[in-house]
Amino acid sequence: MAEDRRVLTGEHFMSGDHACAEGGLAAGCSFFAGYPITPSTEIAERMSERLPEVGGMFIQMEDELGSMNAILGAAWGGWKSMTCTSGPGFSLMMENLGLGIVLETPTVLVNIQRGGPSTGLPTLPGQADMMQARWGSHGDYEIIALAPNSPQEIFDLTVRAFNLAEEFRTPVLVMSDECVGHMTEKVVIPPKDELEITPRRYTKKKPGEYLPFDFGEDEIPEMVTAGDGYRIHITGLTHDRRGYPVINAEAQDWMVRHLINKILKNKHRIIQLEEINLSDAEVVLVSYGISSRVAHRAMDLAREDGIKAGMLRLITVWPFCDEKIRELAERVKAFVTVEMNMGQVALEVERCACGKAGTYLVPHAGGEVHNPDDIYQVIKEAAK
Amino acid sequence: MNRSASSTTDVVDKQSHPMSDLLRMDRMPHIWCSGCGLGTTLTCFIMAVRESGIDEKKIAVVSGIGCSGRVAGYINLDSFHTTHGRAIPFATGLALANPELRVVVYSGDGDLVAIGGNHFIHAARRNMDILVICVNNFNYGMTGGQAGPTTPVSARATTAPYGNYEYPFNIPYLSIASGATYVARWTALHMRRLKNSIAEALPKKGFRVIEIICPCPTAFARRNRLGTGLDLMKYYHDNSIIKHGADPREADIGMTGKIIVGKFLDIERPTFRDFLVENVWPKIGRK
Ligand code: SF4
Repeated sequence: MAEDRRVLTGEHFMSGDHACAEGGLAAGCSFFAGYPITPSTEIAERMSERLPEVGGMFIQMEDELGSMNAILGAAWGGWKSMTCTSGPGFSLMMENLGLGIVLETPTVLVNIQRGGPSTGLPTLPGQADMMQARWGSHGDYEIIALAPNSPQEIFDLTVRAFNLAEEFRTPVLVMSDECVGHMTEKVVIPPKDELEITPRRYTKKKPGEYLPFDFGEDEIPEMVTAGDGYRIHITGLTHDRRGYPVINAEAQDWMVRHLINKILKNKHRIIQLEEINLSDAEVVLVSYGISSRVAHRAMDLAREDGIKAGMLRLITVWPFCDEKIRELAERVKAFVTVEMNMGQVALEVERCACGKAGTYLVPHAGGEVHNPDDIYQVIKEAAK
Repeated sequence: MNRSASSTTDVVDKQSHPMSDLLRMDRMPHIWCSGCGLGTTLTCFIMAVRESGIDEKKIAVVSGIGCSGRVAGYINLDSFHTTHGRAIPFATGLALANPELRVVVYSGDGDLVAIGGNHFIHAARRNMDILVICVNNFNYGMTGGQAGPTTPVSARATTAPYGNYEYPFNIPYLSIASGATYVARWTALHMRRLKNSIAEALPKKGFRVIEIICPCPTAFARRNRLGTGLDLMKYYHDNSIIKHGADPREADIGMTGKIIVGKFLDIERPTFRDFLVENVWPKIGRK
């Protein structure tokens, strides 16, 4: 009975937050730990209702520090797990997002972004946590972050986030925003057997042979579950393949390079982009999440006026699509980055364009989506 | 951490240690100072694990950060060395996902009731299935002896050079007030009683707290001129009063005076999981 309710196959009229929760369930999430915070709370609410009926468990923690740790513990207990948050809660999760990265723990963290800094705009959208997603926990690492632009896509990308988490044994971020979270649209949930679900990559090695941080060419170590007799030790300290702490520069170099290589070597399996009107484009809009929908409108306005505008929509924001921007920079006139912040992903576009194409930004401090006309004015400027 | 193997460990056959099956001998020598009580607490824990008869595969140890937090690295069980203060929420997820596991949080007073204090009281309130072994050495030993949430009034510490002017937590009282169902306190001197207490608490359900008063000769005792580890053991011998069922409000610890030890509480109350299974799941037809 329980498993039948896991995938709500069919057509729904559903908010982005609820679609996100359904994506998690469809992907096999059995554990959710969270703390209420607008505008992500509806994900937790839905999970509190849905998880018990599919054999899982929901817990409302005392804060976001606790939530992030509980989902890591649950992952090592053998469950797929997730949390969601917004604004200040995301800041609180940074400490133990780092622990998740270093312990190479598969789990999913959803950020329904609101306006910041600090308490900011609890009920209104923002996209100003993109660099925090990239660099927010201390130390060097690479992260995977996906940016959905509709309730349908937040369903799809939450499923994908779980799959990537298992594939690469790492926490994955879904970086959405208040608009997508609270918008209600058609969401089609496919039949269970049509969903591609990545199972946990459990080791076939026996206790005594298995090392929790050993890996091959692809840099991805295999998992075990506590209680299976492996007597693993894992630590947030810099460690070796056994998981034992080693406090010196050599071990640090080995571990940090591994954490980075694991993502960068496998970029081609992670990066997902949508290319619209790029074949003849002279001005390329770069956008993601809710902003990409407004940018799309501005692109259409420009096309109507005969400007060859196209769009590169970042479905995966991190790792960044360096190669794609470099390739486009060779042949287009300019990039126009549209994001609901004062210029974060725009810095990456500028870095990769490397002066070979113009780089423009349509900034927005958050609180509402861009006005398409404002974007259009910048496209005109960029096309000159 | 970086000490190379000393000559004694080269000579002694590591496997011949009587507890080698439950210690990660490849991590010896440990980092604890001579005279420190932490090794004694770990001995008691290992003896209790053996005595309990619980399948060792089904015991997981989670630690935070600090001298006590290193237990997770030495015990040869599934063990997790997490971030400072966060052992309890990590253990919460672990225990909920895998109810077959006996989850033990082994950490220090600073880790558990200062930076991790919020998690501690809420896990107690929920009566989460976790045994907390809280080693109380009255200061932050690993970072060199700063004042902490248990430092007695007037004690000196590197961040209390004129004497500590804050009131400390009384851990049994805090635990009981927050909802723990088993609460005991022993010193590192009370090896047999401590071992018995751990063996008794290990198979139980709910949020259980065992506080261990532990000598820290290097940081706390030295700065307060309390002598060696042995002197502290003598102090515990002369000043501990075993009083089962004592009123926890009378169990404050000062720079001088008596230390009340014993089992303060041992009751049953539905755990987080019990409540779900008995009251929530029937409502949705889940067994
Ligand atoms: S600093 Fe204190 S608590 Fe830490 S190992 Fe040394 S004696 Fe033990």
